[in-house]
Amino acid sequence: MLVRLFLVVYFVGILSLPFSVHAAEDIQWWHAMGGKLGEKVNSLADGFNASQDGFRVVPVYKGNYAETMTAGIAAFRSKRPPHILQVFEVGTATMMAARRAIRPIGEVMAAAGEAFDADEYIASISGYYTGSDGEMLSLPFNSSTPVLYYNKNAFKKAGLDPNKPPKTWQQVVDYSKKLLAAGYECGFSTAWISWIHLENLAAWHNTPFGTKENGFGGLDSRLLLNGELLVKHLTKLAVWEKEKIFSYGGRRNLGNSKFITATCPMYTESSAGYAGFKAAADFDFGISELPYWSDVVESPQNTIIGGASLWVMAGHKESEYRGVAQFLKYLSSPAIQADWHQSTGYLPITKAAYELTKQSGYYQKHPDMEVALRQMTSSAPTSNSKGLRFGHMARLRDIILNEIEAVISGRKSAKDGLDSIVRSGNKLLASFEKISGARKSKK
Amino acid sequence: MDKRSVFKHRFLPYLLLAPQLIITGLFFLWPAFDALFSSVMMEDPFGLDSVFVGGENFVLLLDDDEYLGAMGVTGLFSLLVCFFSLSLALFFALLADRVIRGAVVYKTLMIWPYAVAPAVAGVLWLFLFNPTVGVFTYILSWFGYEWNHYLNGDQAMFLVVVAAVWKQISYNFLFFLAGLQAIPRSLIEAAAIDGADAVQRFWTIILPLLSPTTFFLVVINVVYAFFDTFGVIHQVTGGGPNGATNILVYKVFHDGFIGLDLGGSAVQSVILMVIVGLLTVVQFRFVERGVHY
Repeated sequence: MLVRLFLVVYFVGILSLPFSVHAAEDIQWWHAMGGKLGEKVNSLADGFNASQDGFRVVPVYKGNYAETMTAGIAAFRSKRPPHILQVFEVGTATMMAARRAIRPIGEVMAAAGEAFDADEYIASISGYYTGSDGEMLSLPFNSSTPVLYYNKNAFKKAGLDPNKPPKTWQQVVDYSKKLLAAGYECGFSTAWISWIHLENLAAWHNTPFGTKENGFGGLDSRLLLNGELLVKHLTKLAVWEKEKIFSYGGRRNLGNSKFITATCPMYTESSAGYAGFKAAADFDFGISELPYWSDVVESPQNTIIGGASLWVMAGHKESEYRGVAQFLKYLSSPAIQADWHQSTGYLPITKAAYELTKQSGYYQKHPDMEVALRQMTSSAPTSNSKGLRFGHMARLRDIILNEIEAVISGRKSAKDGLDSIVRSGNKLLASFEKISGARKSKK
Repeated sequence: MDKRSVFKHRFLPYLLLAPQLIITGLFFLWPAFDALFSSVMMEDPFGLDSVFVGGENFVLLLDDDEYLGAMGVTGLFSLLVCFFSLSLALFFALLADRVIRGAVVYKTLMIWPYAVAPAVAGVLWLFLFNPTVGVFTYILSWFGYEWNHYLNGDQAMFLVVVAAVWKQISYNFLFFLAGLQAIPRSLIEAAAIDGADAVQRFWTIILPLLSPTTFFLVVINVVYAFFDTFGVIHQVTGGGPNGATNILVYKVFHDGFIGLDLGGSAVQSVILMVIVGLLTVVQFRFVERGVHY
């Protein structure tokens, strides 16, 4: 009896196998969005799966950004890559250099017969993921840009106008002194110090970070970050650290606790930090544009993005790419993008989504949420403010962070620190160029 | 009649050795050769292209101040971890050896931290010393001492040493206690009758008789400090600030898996393999001479 039951189950299983495969093809989507953002990612996949029945997107959380990228690469090497891989902006040059491992999204869309127009995307965002030949290679997914958060309650306590955040770094110093006098431990702190206080600061003041359009113009780009502006800013940060105007909160966004606990009332962090602060802070806070040095530029340029984009990996069946194309199309649709933008603080990636959010009156109710977009779109990006595209960027960031820490702790001058970043960083860039040069000669 | 037993099986010995050989081959020899091979190549992370560069990775590495810094950090870190985890464990073992009532409770409590995974131990200490919300940070601020291991390299080093030592004391304690209990009471009592006080008895009788245990633990602790502390470093400091806690094994991981620089990382693991090999040779050739079995 038991044997017969087993046989029945077995054959039914065997017979239904091909049907279940035909019913919906799985599209693997590996991402690095934990916590609340992870839930949002799952609901995006659910929404797509419910909208059609040819494909089933399976989102898989693979750890933080670096872990997700490493997992994707390891999977590619063992010939089992996911269909879609979320890669942080730091990995962009590495992905672009690996053209045989990926498929440009324009090509995937065209092969699947989906309409695709790169001009529908906000140029200062999609430009980051566009190759030197003008082809958009990956789909910007979660893009953000640094802004200034400030604690309105603390401003009131220090006798400052909570509706007049500081615009320039000179004002940040004045405000900080008042906040210190009112009993706060520090004026301001920051997350992602390399991204915000070197990379973005350079773009914001229309100053080059490297040669060859910050790496957009070719792999033989070299660093230029030891110029006057960054030496000055980093020198100031070190002085401010001593005077408590600034307080270094650690790498990544470890410093967030300094803002949430109202230890430092001003804080520079990605626009995507919004959702976290909204949930954790028990005070009113405002968002304002990243401060600038008014003695360097009359008005600032634009900031650059961070976050991640979605890469389509090579090595799957053609039919599955149709599903990938449909899903990317779904993700770019104005309604989805507008909702993503409003609930997470990430930027909407298409012009239509931005317009939709404007028309819905959302920015009237939440003017803070438009700050990041204005910062990105108010002026056309220059060769200094399109973004950064350096090979070995993850290691470069490490070198930068090490030197920043040496400078802020007073063990090195800003000039020495930045000089040694240029020295070590250029060696990395040269070795990346060498590997990629080998690739070209093989072709 | 021949009394010796002779095993006539030709393949049985190999079969019995096979599991160990396969494991050694699979998890040591293969990766080691792979690392050697990768160390003379420059390769993109996807394995699409690689170019033979000979010794260039080595040259680049030795020209890298960060790497030389990591060497120094590793030396200091291992020395501190070994010294404190061994001496504190011996101290506690001596005390526990004299406990008569409730000995089991003491021993259990001493051994407890060993059950904690290194990464968890790291997180625990990290919370206690978090520069913004840590309990110890708060207490230290009463005395006007500012704790910020995100910026202060000495504090960061102190913190990872404490976390690594705290976890390892249990293991050392266990071996020291067993070693102490194996020392014949008669020797100690004879010395006591001859008028040797506790300190003399320790230096002239207990310590020499413990030397096999101590030697074993030194070897184990060096390996621990070099490799197993990875989890602690990863959780507590991530090698920072400014490389102050960037030990060699962490740099191998970081450059290879986070930085995706496979050639550079492979060179480092080859060098690390040589260093640990040399250390072991030194320990067995020279240090072991002082050991009385």
